[in-house]
Amino acid sequence: MSKQILSPLPGTFYRRPAPDKPPYKDEGDKVSQGDVVGLVEVMKTFHEVKADFGGKVVKFLVDNEGAIMAGQPIVEIDE
Amino acid sequence: MAIGTLLIANRGEIAVRINRAARELGIGVVQAHSQADSESLAVRLADRAVEIGPPQAAKSYLNIDAILAAAKACGADAVHPGYGFLAENADFADAVEAAGLVFIGPKGDTIRRLGDKVAARRLAAEAGVPTVPGSEGRVDDLDAARTVVEQIGFPVMIKAAAGGGGRGIRVLTDHEELDRLVPQAAAEALSAFGDGGLYIEKLIGEARHVEVQVLGDGDRVVHCYERECSLQRRRQKVWEEAPAATVPNDVREALCGSAVALAQHVGYRGAGTLEYLYEDASRAFYFIEMNTRIQVEHPVTELVTGIDLVREMILVAGGEPLRLRQEDIHIHGHAIECRINAEDPSNGFAPCPGIVDGLTVPGGPGVRFDTLLYPGYEIPPFYDSLLGKLIVWDESRARALRRMTRALIELEVSGVKTTKPLHLALAADAAVQTASFHTKFLEQWLEAGNASLLQEEGGGS
Repeated sequence: MSKQILSPLPGTFYRRPAPDKPPYKDEGDKVSQGDVVGLVEVMKTFHEVKADFGGKVVKFLVDNEGAIMAGQPIVEIDE
Repeated sequence: MAIGTLLIANRGEIAVRINRAARELGIGVVQAHSQADSESLAVRLADRAVEIGPPQAAKSYLNIDAILAAAKACGADAVHPGYGFLAENADFADAVEAAGLVFIGPKGDTIRRLGDKVAARRLAAEAGVPTVPGSEGRVDDLDAARTVVEQIGFPVMIKAAAGGGGRGIRVLTDHEELDRLVPQAAAEALSAFGDGGLYIEKLIGEARHVEVQVLGDGDRVVHCYERECSLQRRRQKVWEEAPAATVPNDVREALCGSAVALAQHVGYRGAGTLEYLYEDASRAFYFIEMNTRIQVEHPVTELVTGIDLVREMILVAGGEPLRLRQEDIHIHGHAIECRINAEDPSNGFAPCPGIVDGLTVPGGPGVRFDTLLYPGYEIPPFYDSLLGKLIVWDESRARALRRMTRALIELEVSGVKTTKPLHLALAADAAVQTASFHTKFLEQWLEAGNASLLQEEGGGS
């Protein structure tokens, strides 16, 4: 069954810790509870988004550097 | 060329500030804005608004092609860059002029020379302006860094030669840190700015941040005295004053004279600010860098000198010679500015975007509130947290502090947390009341447990 990780905050979503670093997770990757799946930039401060359950990444629902709202689904995980 | 229509390539409170200056000069205002800012106060107050891209600044307020296309589409003949974003981007200034438009600021070449810390330091030396002891030029490797530190001693600061805004600065206290952090800083500078060059300078302990406002027309330069901006958190100013309460008059004249000498040396055009470190004990001042734009805290200077700095920079950009003579510029009374940010000071200054469902703006004598807010406005999460600047003037610093407290109590922003409780606590602090602070004061004050004073009564602020 698939579940979604929601963004806790509004802002800009990043899939990588820095522009020259690889993404935290790719589609097909295994995710454990507590793993970082992305960053949200809110008013020039950065917040890590962590998985609150484990599974496998099915699909990212937001583009890298995409604008997001609080509560918007970021990634779909197959439990 | 007299300016008929001005494109504002910025957002927030400074866009509103520029709008007001332009309208008072009879200039038409076009507001460039991102998708997230279509309901902003700056857009509402403009004659016309042009969307330049998505919410993220990299795709809108930093998009030179989109801004130039907007200027062309609406027939603007000048562009004001505000502060931040493209304000100190020399290529942008050049591109605006190459498009046949007026850039409200210095020439691109001036921005380029002063934006490079090593070049700026050399220019300061040529103009006889004292600088902090440090590397004579760029430092490109660890051996060169070791040589500089042997001469000036620890502690030192390293900065990216091409950097800015206080970011990426490291403090080194011993050889172990030097060996470990210099290669790291060089790699970071290369990745962030495309230039791995570093710059090293002696760390001056317990100094004040004092800065001098200048205005130039490309030929003649005047100063509008200094501001004191020592109260900072994470190298971002939160409280500013004019004049600097502890600088003696003879030092003030020397400090401001040195700023004019450097600005004159580069044939400066527009409004600019020279930042210095100042030590009370030795009465020594050291030039750090020059910001080639209008600054956030410009209103404190406006209130003590009676000069409208944004108006003057627009007039000079339009080709008029500077109207002000140095002998006509005087300091009258004292001004204080508090930055009201959408941050929760009782919770680690966490950002608080959201909807402002109520707003009471303070009034009465000597009070000014430069803001982007209106009741019902939704603060977007994509930009910095500055909501407004509460600025007061009174005949003395002691009276200005009391007026600030009164105005802060009147200010009510409901729906989001703000830094108002921080400013109320600072205004009541004994050290702040005697101006006994330095650039590390606020962080130490917060670490010492004063953050517990910042709980606010009720839900709003």
